[in-house]
Amino acid sequence: MKALLRGAITLLVLVAGWQALVWATGLPRYLLPGPLAVADAMQRQAPLLLAHGLTTLAEILIGLVAGVVLGGVSALLLARFRTARRWLMPLLLVSQAIPVFALAPLLVLWLGYGMASKIAMAVLVIYFPVTTALFDGLRRTDPGWLDLARTMGASPAAILWSIRLPAALPAFWSGVRVAAAVAPIGAVIGEWVGSSSGLGYLMLHANARMQIDLLFAAVLVLGLFAVSLYAAVDALARRALPWQPDTQPAEDANP
Amino acid sequence: MTPLSVTISRARLTYGGTLLFSDLTLELPAGRTTCLLGPSGVGKTTLLRILAGLAEPEPPTEVVTGDRQPLAGRIAYMAQQDLLLPWLTVLDNVLLGDRLRHRRPDPARVEQARALLDRVGLAGRERDRPAALSGGQKQRVALARTLMEDRPLVLMDEPFSALDAITRLRLQETAAETLAGRTVLMVTHDPLEALRIGDRLHVMTGRPAVMGPALEPSGPVPRRVDDPDLLAHQAELLRRLAE
Repeated sequence: MKALLRGAITLLVLVAGWQALVWATGLPRYLLPGPLAVADAMQRQAPLLLAHGLTTLAEILIGLVAGVVLGGVSALLLARFRTARRWLMPLLLVSQAIPVFALAPLLVLWLGYGMASKIAMAVLVIYFPVTTALFDGLRRTDPGWLDLARTMGASPAAILWSIRLPAALPAFWSGVRVAAAVAPIGAVIGEWVGSSSGLGYLMLHANARMQIDLLFAAVLVLGLFAVSLYAAVDALARRALPWQPDTQPAEDANP
Repeated sequence: MTPLSVTISRARLTYGGTLLFSDLTLELPAGRTTCLLGPSGVGKTTLLRILAGLAEPEPPTEVVTGDRQPLAGRIAYMAQQDLLLPWLTVLDNVLLGDRLRHRRPDPARVEQARALLDRVGLAGRERDRPAALSGGQKQRVALARTLMEDRPLVLMDEPFSALDAITRLRLQETAAETLAGRTVLMVTHDPLEALRIGDRLHVMTGRPAVMGPALEPSGPVPRRVDDPDLLAHQAELLRRLAE
């Protein structure tokens, strides 16, 4: 409850600062709309925001699931097979060395203006953090556990499934948290490059028509998505790892 | 299970170009607990790891068993850390070997695991996670897991050295009772520990290291801490260790 109150106060201060800036500078509405104007736009354009928002949300969610699955499978293959490490590792690094933004026009060209190119963008930005997080986790298993498993006659596959993978789950979930934070970026950039719906499209459209209040409203909706997605993934991670102690100092949790 | 005798002979170990020992022999008589004492870095843990199949023996090291069969798959290993998996319950940790060998734990095995937990004094804690246990309790679970493997040779690498003095004494008693009749090799720093639960004690010292003659304290294990014989032997062992 206190945390909620703190959040509300922070939000209130930010909004007040924003309004003060508008008053102090006297910037016109088409440069910096005040919070009231944005709230008004949000209310007036609610159906529009909702329709485009759903498109973007679908892209983010499908991209997140696909990217996490793909990254998870890649990391498991990398950990299990030397051949996979040799062939997939360079690919993994290249996938990160090339800026995804540079690929966006190509993806739109290949996959069309629809959702597919945006999902592909989201997958591309998610793939690397998830794969490296899980692979790092899989490589850092307590050597004592591996010794014990070997004396018990466990096969490499059994060690991977029963020891290395569960031990790597905290690292994996860190990767998924990062993925949840960057997935919206991938989807929106895909929409900027070429699309006929989605919040990114709506932003460009509103910008071109000087509807800056609508642009702000779209950004707010996107921010709302990103925060809720992160909170959902964080809650999921905590549920999935009940044995993982949170060693943040206790005064952080309960002031 | 008939107890198994194991001999490691002509053992040689070099580490980073330094010869740690060569032509070393260690006999583990069937059904007895052999303790190996020595300062850190003398190579006693490596000897144990060779027997456990965790370290490659350097030629011409030989491991010979009483029945001439290979040792692989016939050892149970207990380390200084409890090595419990934090995501498994106490009961599942005891049954870890079955899980790793893809064997569905049948009711009989589960019952056996419960009985072992009861024997090490942890009845009723089956469903707890390791995080809920104290250090001594965790090491008791590790002992139950080792016994669950039910192997002819038990290898223990300083199993109680991370525990406080009183907990250590209690666990030595439990270990001596539950391991009776098995062939055991225990590596330890602690002369008192070796004297309480060992049938045969070897001190390994020097560089290159030599295996001292076996010291065989009398009386049944676990021996009392204030046993005058034991205290006399302790002085003798400390003298040998300091050499």
